[in-house]
Amino acid sequence: MRRALPILAVLAVLLAAIAIANPFFLEPAGFLAFVRRAAPLVILAAGQYFVIVSGEFDLSVGSLVTVEVVVAARLIDGNEGATWPVLALLIVIGLLVGLVNGVVTTILRVPSFITTLGMMLVLSGAVFLWTGGAPRGALSETFRVFGRETGWAVLVLAVMAVAAALIMRADFGRTLVATGDNERAAALSGVRVARARTLAFVLSGLAAAVAAILLGGFAGVSAQVGQGLEFQAITAVVLGGVVLGGGRGTVIAAMAGAFTLEALFTLLNLYGISGALEFTVQGVIIIAAVAAGALRLPFLTPQRVKGDAHAAS
Amino acid sequence: MTALPGHRAGLAAIADPTRVVFVALAVVILAGWGLVALDGGQFLTLENIVGVQQRSAALGIVAVGQTLAILAGSLDLSVAYLISLTSLVAAEIMAGQDAGIVPAVAAVAGVSVLVGLVNGLVITKLRVHAFIATLGVALIIKGVVDHLYDGPAGRVPESFQHLGYDRIGPVPVSAMLWAVVALIAWFLLSRTRYGYRVYAVGGDPEVARLSGVRTDRVVIVTHVLCSLCAGIAGLLLASRLGAGAPTVGTDGGYDLESIAAVVLGGTALAGGRGGVAGTVGGVLLLAVLDSVFNQLEVNSFFKDVVRGVVIVAAVAVYARRTGMLGRRRA
Amino acid sequence: MPRHSPLVLAAVALALLAAGCTSDKPAATTASQAPDAPASSAQAAGTGAQSKFFVQADYDAQLAMRSQAPQGPADKPWEQAIAPQMVSTADHKKEGPYEICFSNAAVNNPWRQVGWKTMQAEVALHKEIAEFTALDAEGKDDKQISDIAELQAKGCDALIISPNTTATLTPAVKGACAEVPVIVFDRGVETDCPVTFIKPIGGYAFGADAAEFLVQKVPAGGKILALRISPGVDVLETRWSAAKVAFDASDLEVVGVEFTDGDAAKSKSIVSDYIQRHGKIDGVWMDSGATSVAVAEAFEDAGLPVPPMTGEDQQDFLRKWKDDGLTAIAPTYPTYQWRTPIIAALKILKGEEVPKVWNLPQPKITQENLDTYLQPNMPPLHYALCGCESLPGFPENWGGKKE
Repeated sequence: MRRALPILAVLAVLLAAIAIANPFFLEPAGFLAFVRRAAPLVILAAGQYFVIVSGEFDLSVGSLVTVEVVVAARLIDGNEGATWPVLALLIVIGLLVGLVNGVVTTILRVPSFITTLGMMLVLSGAVFLWTGGAPRGALSETFRVFGRETGWAVLVLAVMAVAAALIMRADFGRTLVATGDNERAAALSGVRVARARTLAFVLSGLAAAVAAILLGGFAGVSAQVGQGLEFQAITAVVLGGVVLGGGRGTVIAAMAGAFTLEALFTLLNLYGISGALEFTVQGVIIIAAVAAGALRLPFLTPQRVKGDAHAAS
Repeated sequence: MTALPGHRAGLAAIADPTRVVFVALAVVILAGWGLVALDGGQFLTLENIVGVQQRSAALGIVAVGQTLAILAGSLDLSVAYLISLTSLVAAEIMAGQDAGIVPAVAAVAGVSVLVGLVNGLVITKLRVHAFIATLGVALIIKGVVDHLYDGPAGRVPESFQHLGYDRIGPVPVSAMLWAVVALIAWFLLSRTRYGYRVYAVGGDPEVARLSGVRTDRVVIVTHVLCSLCAGIAGLLLASRLGAGAPTVGTDGGYDLESIAAVVLGGTALAGGRGGVAGTVGGVLLLAVLDSVFNQLEVNSFFKDVVRGVVIVAAVAVYARRTGMLGRRRA
Repeated sequence: MPRHSPLVLAAVALALLAAGCTSDKPAATTASQAPDAPASSAQAAGTGAQSKFFVQADYDAQLAMRSQAPQGPADKPWEQAIAPQMVSTADHKKEGPYEICFSNAAVNNPWRQVGWKTMQAEVALHKEIAEFTALDAEGKDDKQISDIAELQAKGCDALIISPNTTATLTPAVKGACAEVPVIVFDRGVETDCPVTFIKPIGGYAFGADAAEFLVQKVPAGGKILALRISPGVDVLETRWSAAKVAFDASDLEVVGVEFTDGDAAKSKSIVSDYIQRHGKIDGVWMDSGATSVAVAEAFEDAGLPVPPMTGEDQQDFLRKWKDDGLTAIAPTYPTYQWRTPIIAALKILKGEEVPKVWNLPQPKITQENLDTYLQPNMPPLHYALCGCESLPGFPENWGGKKE
């Protein structure tokens, strides 16, 4: 928990800054609207956290979100009765994609960067091959409730967040961190490394499915719904102080990182930073945040940090 | 660990990834020739051969730079935006004047070196993971480009367009440029101490450091070279388009595509193993696939599916082979 | 290792040099923009500086065309032309059967999907087209340049080009003009070498139609939010610049001009933010309809009535409009323009005259004619003005259900 403190402090400052610029933010409705907007990214960040802490990447979540929304729209096609079976199917698709990512990465030993990059191409190609290039059909009102009604979205987020925290407190959580920290040592101490990593990908796939349900619910079908989410999720996790390469950082901090990123977007928007320069600010902040974390670490924990700088996946 | 001891003996016989990718290239050419012939077309025409080279030159040049970065255990996600930026710098400074070519090329080189230095310094001195460092730099460049430009700008003089459009026999000038870049990189990697150090740093930075390699310096120089390659690609694209364009780099997907081409060519993503020859093969393989799909008028969505599968399958094949050498990655 | 020092030093020197060079750039850009911008500054209206794409003469011409009667068959707007200047094509006349080639910028959005299906169906109508070859540039300028070169080499009888970017495709189009009759549609190019350039009236008319509606419906002093997809695309810049002219002349206040990337979630968030900040928004102007439904929902979710707004001819918006009784207008950029290039190519190859610039009519959907365009059997992202109802394969090939 102590690891999460710096990012929580940053988050608090950003939230205060938003509140100053926009007093409505302090009312429950205003704050909950912010939470709802952040919910999909927070859930994706939790999923991405499992993968990153085990020492891997998941670049496929953005296109997976798009696939889920497009599939849901085509299958539901405005028919309320189809909502629940399709929701179940979406979860299964998420789990399945995660499983394939995990198996290809661990059994076929393809670096996850490449596995999930390939998955990203396959998913986005396949879904539009199926729908003839553009989304078809429509989501039902029941489906859209989860993303559109603030109460539901916040509830879904709360359930996912608690579940993620519980998973990390369980044995599996320790296994996952051990795997990412030192694969060989973990294996020698009896951890089934391949299984732990595969499960991490499955959890990321699940998170993407849930995020897709919220995003599709929020604004309806769109071919761009998942665009760039993979980089945003990774950025959020890293902002939370989780180290790429694995083994360090907490899921709470990762989710706080997602809230921070969303707060940053909101703030830049409120203060009217020109649309384009927003990216520049974002780039500088990401580098600064990670650099601050990396440079301070040696004083806190006398560990090998040097290696991390170069450890590509 | 996950090494598969049972496969050692059999796998030793498989050729190295570089050879695999060229064999695959030959197979794809043959298959493409067959398929296109069945479709009633001709595959190995002069236009197609020129077309494949034109299509692959820009990606090829970027991928050569990316190879260096990946060999050194790093990677560069900022190349796509740097390409857009340098295409604009080039076209703006040329402004349609022949006299502008030399200053424009110098400025592009300067911008590229600067970006490469920033990448390298952030990674080594600030100890930011290459993924985040170059992603951050990419965002910074994107912000600047989008802020200053909202469409194509500048103009390239006719004389500079020879770079993008002329050819000598069946070989376009752009492909020669790519060949020169690849040869220089090959020379650096295999015939100089710098190359030796790149492999050492990519293989194991700790061991390299203990044996006296200044690892930071190697990483910085590598990123400068990688950015220079992106700058050259930016010049080439400016010459093709006749102007600079703020989206030319990202539309082409040069960041992820160059990484895909490098690993397709057998270079290990973790660094330390591979080389430029494989990358050239990887780029050509992607370009020939593209050309076959074009001839058969295959839907672009199907194309993405095939590409995704090909990239993962290729790396899986290489991974099985290198598995016997030990651990997959640090 | 001292050997590296000179290298690094040189690199630093170069970088410093570069820093010197690049710092001139912003100045250079603004300098080149300044002369294009019209003198009338309208900062007070909140609409910002006029787009550098704005050309007064084109604006005037397009606004005039809105009230001109098109020539040609009334039931086939894709064959109609407004104020055509005919050119002879006798030089291109040849015997069939023909091979027609098409270099397509992309098929990456619903508008292009509908258009592309419509064009393929049009091709199927003509037996004299023996072969139709189409290459998809996937939104990449460089690929489209290569595609055009490849198609030229194939010996096509006519080449249709839908350019990905106006400026950057110009050299390639010029090159093709020398070899084969070229037909350009949708976005233009900076050369008049194509035999004909096909387009609906254009972006100025689109933007003005939408803005004039708001000026008429929103009470004086009302707050307008303008939503644009992205900057720098000529066909979109013209839409906004015409709207800007209309808003500047009105007593409405434009409280914001935002870019949505055509993303529904982003559009909805932006509108919610503006509602929070300003209490209420009295009208929404949009440069395309892809996210109109999300915008309407943002008001609903905030518990507010949907103010007068603009959209496009996509079915999801038309349905929302009808069901919720919105006050709306939908200017269009008709997808039936994808039929015209095929018709033009055949005319050219048969030696018949074609307009140099083929201005297609550009209807707008209003409360009065909404029911004509609302097609409950078509998918939500289908564009009503496809002109494809009579084509073989309708409605299934466009994703619709038989009624």
